[in-house]
Amino acid sequence: MNFRRTKAVAYKEVLHILRDSRSLYMALAIPLLLLLLFGYALSLDVDRVPTLILDQDRTESSRALVEQMAGSRYFRLLAPAESYRDIERSLDRNQALLGVVIPANFSADLRANRTAKVQILADGSDSNTANIAIGYAESLIALYSAEVQTKARERIGAPEITGIDPRIRVIFNSDLKSRNYIVPGLIAVILMMVSSVLTSLCVAREWESGTMEQLLSTPLRPAEFLIGKLAAYFAVGMIDMVIAIVTGLWLFDVPLRGSPILLVVSAAIFCFGALCWGIMLSTVTRNQVLAYQLSMLTSFLPAFLLSGFIYSLENMPQMIQLVSRTVPARYLVTILKGVFLKGIGPSLLIGELAALVLYSVLIFIYAQNKMRQKVA
Amino acid sequence: MWQRILEIVRKELKQTLREPRMRAMLFAPPIIQMLIFGFAVNLDVENAKVVWADMDQGWAARELRAAFDGSPQFTVVANAQTEAEAQNYLDRSEADAIIRVPPAFTKDLDRGRAAEVQILVDGTNSNTASLVASQAAQVVNRFTQDRLRTLQRQKLVGRAVDRPIAIRLPRVVPETHAWFNPDLRSRRYFVPGIIVNIIMLVTLTLTSMAIVREKEIGTMEQLMVTPIRPYELILGKTLPFAAIGLVQVAFVTVLAMVIFGIPLRGSPLLLGFTSLLFIICSLGLGLFISTISNTQQQAMMSTLFIFQPLFMLSGFSFPIANMPTVIQWSTYINPMRYFMEITRGLFLKGVGLEVLWPQTLALAVLGFAILGFSVLRFHKRLD
Repeated sequence: MNFRRTKAVAYKEVLHILRDSRSLYMALAIPLLLLLLFGYALSLDVDRVPTLILDQDRTESSRALVEQMAGSRYFRLLAPAESYRDIERSLDRNQALLGVVIPANFSADLRANRTAKVQILADGSDSNTANIAIGYAESLIALYSAEVQTKARERIGAPEITGIDPRIRVIFNSDLKSRNYIVPGLIAVILMMVSSVLTSLCVAREWESGTMEQLLSTPLRPAEFLIGKLAAYFAVGMIDMVIAIVTGLWLFDVPLRGSPILLVVSAAIFCFGALCWGIMLSTVTRNQVLAYQLSMLTSFLPAFLLSGFIYSLENMPQMIQLVSRTVPARYLVTILKGVFLKGIGPSLLIGELAALVLYSVLIFIYAQNKMRQKVA
Repeated sequence: MWQRILEIVRKELKQTLREPRMRAMLFAPPIIQMLIFGFAVNLDVENAKVVWADMDQGWAARELRAAFDGSPQFTVVANAQTEAEAQNYLDRSEADAIIRVPPAFTKDLDRGRAAEVQILVDGTNSNTASLVASQAAQVVNRFTQDRLRTLQRQKLVGRAVDRPIAIRLPRVVPETHAWFNPDLRSRRYFVPGIIVNIIMLVTLTLTSMAIVREKEIGTMEQLMVTPIRPYELILGKTLPFAAIGLVQVAFVTVLAMVIFGIPLRGSPLLLGFTSLLFIICSLGLGLFISTISNTQQQAMMSTLFIFQPLFMLSGFSFPIANMPTVIQWSTYINPMRYFMEITRGLFLKGVGLEVLWPQTLALAVLGFAILGFSVLRFHKRLD
């Protein structure tokens, strides 16, 4: 291991990066773009559900229910439907998400102390949104039902009975903003994607343009070559990380409750591992298109889907949960969410940190071995 | 002319398919995406884990606990004696919520005073949190309702012992039906969208790379001195990828049906036709990227830069209706949005052109606009 040779490779790579300024801008702009998208545009929070009401009863009680829905900020009532056909049509055309049918005998049932039914028809295509929307509708109806019962009880003079009041308190992300949990996880996705895509090209390019042979004829050793290349891109990765953290903190007001040092150190370890991953792919494939596609497939998708970034791992089948243990982004996402939102320290995150270090070291050794084989 | 185009097509197909690993790359991503989205991605909350912190130890607390144990949405994973202990479970993400029954709970209920239960929810994932919170509140409310009913019966029966009255109070119950996806599985929603993703990513990358590679290696000059004309070159460079894209649509559709049993309820012909329109859009974009890039690295970074917002703003996993209005407008020029609506309409709802004509029309207009613009730019570059 010779420091001077490593530095020379790093210097050459920095020149490459600076010369191709457009790729550099892109590498810095993509994180910003993703953050802005997730911060401002993308949200899984559901409110103002477009709702179509078919009131076949048209009495005071049914209108009271409609009024309650109209007053709730969770629903946006469309022009009332005239028939079932209307509901069907607007669900088909994605104009409405919910259809609520108040049947003709609604108020008659209530007056007769019977159970009145309200039909909720939901477009289940997007099961998540549908679940939440149905939940809103059902709790609104439950509330209405309770009101009706109280009135009836007063009428017949049944005794007043006290209930249990569920007091809900949300901790860690008390205003339940999806942004607060998306932005920390997004840092992991960005680092994984940008780092591994950037380096996935850098060795394959040398092979494709035929300069690899020239490098091989120099006394340069595989480890020196790799570390040199890594050093240059590590700088880009770190800038990306800073951009992501600063944007998250200042633009989106995501609270940072834990230690910033822990945050930076764990992100740096992870970034190193992701860069090694890209270099490994590049060494193995020797083909830029192939390396790029492989790195997109193996970095972006798992980091996005199997890291617990948005989709919680606990709901996945056992097999997939096992697979997710091999996804490094999973550990960083846990660390980031812990540090940002919960403010926990390294003692609770020691397992995740160890996993990250192990992953980075293993991939580096593997990449170096592959390099040596190719050289031989 | 056709002969020259055919030659290029043949060369491109050979170049793309000659490497076995590259051939695998055309079919591995769809399979992997399908498996992940089909089996893994699940936004549904079931079996939320709760920590039970019973500070009361009375009969009412035990009954409430039984109500939580009995509900399918909750699993009580631990009992905590102290606040700190309970909090620790949330810190380690080992539980989603803490249910805390305060000390005077049973006494309050016995004396007919209002009692309260505290539900502490981990809000880290806001989406899960709101579902968990509302479900927990529902369990508590159901418990209250049940208790009220027994109490009322006891009181009324006590008043008229010889003539037990069944008390009847009016109530309203919701009857819920979810259409198109009755068991509300996320899988059915995601799988049709994968078709859109795969085609976009593959055709976009392959087209832009195919042209930029010639520039980077320097074979573009050689191509220019041959009698081939620009439009012939464009056709030759795009037709093979259009074909690959169509094959992938068929492949993913069959996979969806066979592995996940998701039927194609709409017309296969319409799916083929709209896929073609969509492919025209993405080929046009690929061509555009190739006109602004000189190296493959630039082409890839540009692809990434263009693909990400198109993907995120397509409604694939984030509903467009949730976006701010201005962003919603911007999705009207996103071909992925329209094709996403079309595939979902075809797979889930089984609707036809009578509903999907606006999306189809939009795709056609966008496709020819993008392709036309890119071809013009490409011409200028070559001259």
